[in-house]
Amino acid sequence: MRTRDLSYWLFLTPVLFALTTVVIIPLGVGTYYSFTEWNGITTGDFVGFENYINALQDQRFIDSLWFTIKFSIASVILINVIGLSLALIVTSKIKTNNLLRTVFFMPNLIGGLILGFIWQFIFIRVFANIGQAFGIEAMQGWLSTTTTGFWGLVILMSWQMSGYIMVIYIAYLQGVSKELIEAAHIDGASAWQRFRHIVFPLVAPAFTVSMFLTLSNTFKLYDQNLALTDGGPYNSTEMLAMEIYNTAFVQNSFAYAQSKAVIFFIVVAAITLVQVYFNKKREVQM
Amino acid sequence: MKWKKWRLELLGVLLGLIWIAPFYLMFVNSFKTQRELFEGTLNLPSSLEFSNYIEAFQEMNFLQTLFNSVLVTGFSIVIIIFFSAMAAYALARTKSKVSTVILFIFISAMLIPFQSVMIPLVSLFGEIDLLNRGGLIFMYLGFGSSLSIFLYHGAMNNIPETLDEAARIDGANKFQIFWYIIFPMLKPITVTVGILNTIWIWNDYLLPSLVINSPGSETIPLRMFYFFGQYTTQWHLAMAGLTLAILPVIIGYFFAQRAIIKGVTDGAVK
Repeated sequence: MRTRDLSYWLFLTPVLFALTTVVIIPLGVGTYYSFTEWNGITTGDFVGFENYINALQDQRFIDSLWFTIKFSIASVILINVIGLSLALIVTSKIKTNNLLRTVFFMPNLIGGLILGFIWQFIFIRVFANIGQAFGIEAMQGWLSTTTTGFWGLVILMSWQMSGYIMVIYIAYLQGVSKELIEAAHIDGASAWQRFRHIVFPLVAPAFTVSMFLTLSNTFKLYDQNLALTDGGPYNSTEMLAMEIYNTAFVQNSFAYAQSKAVIFFIVVAAITLVQVYFNKKREVQM
Repeated sequence: MKWKKWRLELLGVLLGLIWIAPFYLMFVNSFKTQRELFEGTLNLPSSLEFSNYIEAFQEMNFLQTLFNSVLVTGFSIVIIIFFSAMAAYALARTKSKVSTVILFIFISAMLIPFQSVMIPLVSLFGEIDLLNRGGLIFMYLGFGSSLSIFLYHGAMNNIPETLDEAARIDGANKFQIFWYIIFPMLKPITVTVGILNTIWIWNDYLLPSLVINSPGSETIPLRMFYFFGQYTTQWHLAMAGLTLAILPVIIGYFFAQRAIIKGVTDGAVK
């Protein structure tokens, strides 16, 4: 096939048409709208960077940005630590390893909305009951404060995503040769030394993949946020994706919401590119 | 050494129990009466209250909702698989600048978060009257094709071009070569693409919530959202509804566990 063949373009037409109408045109048109007074029906006047300047001075938007950053940092660390630990446990030839893999992975197959609802029940009702039974004051009133809402979201995401990250680490751990570890063992290397100097460098590429997946998933989180806290109390646990949604569809400020959406795109793209760049660099050095 | 392994086993089982606990608590409490649940969530129900399920089943219009989810997910993955494999075939077999640029565009599109396009997308599709299940399936092709093409493109490199050549000499046209020779050989990656897209589309909430407006067309997550909002103080009914909602996934996982875990791993690692 050559690029001037009709068949080449026929094979590509369906996906190119879909990508163009669903992603490229909305992104282009949306970026244009973000410089206007677009209200969903009429475009209105061209206002330059006004929407962007307002967005960067919008306390609610800034708060949601910080909340999202803090949430992402906490989640990425926890998910990767737990995910790697789970992977080390289920690859250590214990009897229950297959069953455990199935169990740890299961939450990933269920939608964030449904998981959020299940955990809302756990935090509000079950935690309260456990607190009563053991007399722990701190188990009461979860999700009703910013701190418990924050940790609630982190716990939910860690529980959901650790199993996913686990299977990625397993894929890399299986590539580590048994002979190499055996040899180090004979040479007198301790379990920690074997992990630090042999296993760890060999699974380093898994960090690139896992960090990328966890960061992009946590930064763009919406469903779990909606189902678990719905941004409450008083919008203090509202993350970026939800803030943009609410600006558009609750306050009906379409052009303004779109300018936030463009900022969101730039931030997400920048984080992803920087992270992939640094991880590639580190891999080579190791 | 033995002692160490035993400790590890115990730790694993303990973590497993913690992981399963939310599902267990959901399930156990779905059989309680409102009063019994109010008194405590940790104990077992004194009797099994199946009426919770009957009420949740009817309120969620479960069969219709399940059908909608199957319809949207089924059609979406069929067209994603078919058109993405075709596109990847064309791109991989035509080494040129144009192909490189097109592949680059698809891969770059993966960087764009959904929230950045959703507002104009809904507005544009609203103007051409495509805010319905058909429009939704088409949108899934647009959002899903990038990763699928990327995965198929990688797999194409392992299929020797001499196969195309032999079929061409036998008089097969381009589409016949793709459909009878190449596509069957892509089967392992087709399974991966199918699984990844199924998990995503089956569970997706935000896009259907923006696109589907007519009552009776809702997918499971969408219907669950309304249902939960309605019964948020009646936890016993909410738990029965949630159990019903995840049941199809658990059944699917039970039968295709190996393929699912392999598919998800391949999708992330490649």
